[in-house]
Amino acid sequence: QAKYKERGTVLAEDQLAQMSKQLDMFKTNLEEFASKHKQEIRKNPEFRVQFQDMCATIGVDPLASGKGFWSEMLGVGDFYYELGVQIIEVCLALKHRNGGLITLEELHQQVLKGRGKFAQDVSQDDLLRAIKKLKVLGNGFGIIPVGGTYLIQSVPAELNMDHTVVLQLAEKKGFVTVSEIKSSLRWETERAKQVLEHLLKEGMAWLDEQAPEEPQYWLPALFTELYSQEITPEEAKEAIP
Amino acid sequence: MDRFSWTTGLLELGETLVVQQRGVRLSDGEEKVKFDSGVLLLSTHRLIWRDQKNHECCIAVPLSQIVFIEEQSSGIGKSAKIVVHLHPASSNKEPGPFQSSKYSYVKLSFKEHGQIEFYRRLSEEMTQRRWESMPTGQAVQVNKDTQAGRIRAVGIVGIERKLEEKRKETDKNISEAFEDLSKLMEKAKEMVELSKSIANKIKEKQGDITEDETIRFKSYLLSMGIANPVTRETYGSGTQYHMQLAKQLAGILQTPLEERGGIMSLTEVYCLVNRARGLELLSPEDLVNACKMLESLKLPIRLRIFDSGVMVIELQSHNEEEMVASALETVSEKGSLTADEFAKVVGMSVLLAKERLLLAEKMGHLCRDDSVEGLRFYPNLFLTQS
Repeated sequence: QAKYKERGTVLAEDQLAQMSKQLDMFKTNLEEFASKHKQEIRKNPEFRVQFQDMCATIGVDPLASGKGFWSEMLGVGDFYYELGVQIIEVCLALKHRNGGLITLEELHQQVLKGRGKFAQDVSQDDLLRAIKKLKVLGNGFGIIPVGGTYLIQSVPAELNMDHTVVLQLAEKKGFVTVSEIKSSLRWETERAKQVLEHLLKEGMAWLDEQAPEEPQYWLPALFTELYSQEITPEEAKEAIP
Repeated sequence: MDRFSWTTGLLELGETLVVQQRGVRLSDGEEKVKFDSGVLLLSTHRLIWRDQKNHECCIAVPLSQIVFIEEQSSGIGKSAKIVVHLHPASSNKEPGPFQSSKYSYVKLSFKEHGQIEFYRRLSEEMTQRRWESMPTGQAVQVNKDTQAGRIRAVGIVGIERKLEEKRKETDKNISEAFEDLSKLMEKAKEMVELSKSIANKIKEKQGDITEDETIRFKSYLLSMGIANPVTRETYGSGTQYHMQLAKQLAGILQTPLEERGGIMSLTEVYCLVNRARGLELLSPEDLVNACKMLESLKLPIRLRIFDSGVMVIELQSHNEEEMVASALETVSEKGSLTADEFAKVVGMSVLLAKERLLLAEKMGHLCRDDSVEGLRFYPNLFLTQS
């Protein structure tokens, strides 16, 4: 019995020692890579995408920890974690306007504004990756595909498949009606109304009862006119002090 | 689009490049034309567009032809645009891609952004009108037979060549970077394979690997960003790093927590801590994993997860259930309150205000009235008056 145990431990010890050595070698390789190409990653969004995709393919998450080699040596961590802070701030500031739903485009514009003229460029892909990491904080961050783009959710409101599909329907015009839902999705009135009421309650939809034919449910997240509107100082205060 | 002329794209003497932007589409008024993907250059004299794939295809319009410009912000699936309104083409204009057009304006779509900067620069040039005070020679053709013309042409060609070399250098850098990246990834892949094989050994020899070895293995995984093949977590709970981090957090968060009534959401903590650090930021996972260790390390703060999934950090001395009692008082005083209203009265974030009211409801102290006008909480009279 004891002999088996010993062997088991020795085997693991051997492999761990080997891993430790290979890890040191890898660290050196990464340092070399960083000294030549660190700038490329910082400045070139396309290169970042390539880098991330390759990591994903081999089963490595360069953003898992600030203490990881990737983060420490390539600085990718700081880039995305800081972006995470900026995303949280924008979403908080605008939550009262849009109920916690915002298009990726608007989020992108607002984040770019907040970063100022001399900051590094960030792409929409960068935002999506940062958001995926924020999910783990439990604040309800989510990514909802609509039309050709995405809606970003930043509140812990429950949005199931029914809600999502109505959001997708509303994306074309910025609003949706009960009749449209019934004809496009072939739902009963009751089901359509429940979904719309839920969105109203969450502050993600506004009701226009004076629309000509029937009440229209508008999504502030999809109002194009609001895009260039600045975040007011009051709204900025609502964001983390 | 009939105002544009074919051009070599070479800058003339006296003409300076102001700004350029890749990824710009040129449209004839509302209609799409074949100028889909190009580099847009602004000089002191002209607006030049060159096709990214076919560098020979290059057109330009003098800035003097511009009446005014407008911005169109981006929309869903639409890039930001600049609309350029133009004077009618002059009769002695050089030939261009279009003989006639029903529109007196063109649209520039910035598919790769840069619209804000470009608009700013273009507006500046239009205000300064530098083309009036810096006359350039007519199209180089006219002078090219004279000695002076040949000298001019050489100077311009030299500048162009430098730009071209710089472009090639950038391209070369990128392809070298990709090559090096691929090689690096090969090595990283080996690490992943090795970690899988170790994990398998661990599984087979359950309990025969020491705790010390487990900790070591987990820290290796952390360095590489490899998900723990045994538990599927992308960290090792119990790594030294997270333990240290947990202790640090307990120190850093004491005062902020006291200032905020003893409770903060994890997103607030994430922003607070990272803004204070400035560099070497924590990943969201680092924060969560450190917080999961707070209780076991017997630190003065703890992690709590509400039913909704919202995660908060509380002072050990904080008792949310006691806060519920005072919340009930507040709601009773006002008759009824929504989460927004309660947040304002008490001075909390709306997120945490809502959680407190939900907890009060769960404990039976409050009732909800859920209507399209919002979620409103009332004291539970069923309980108190039955």
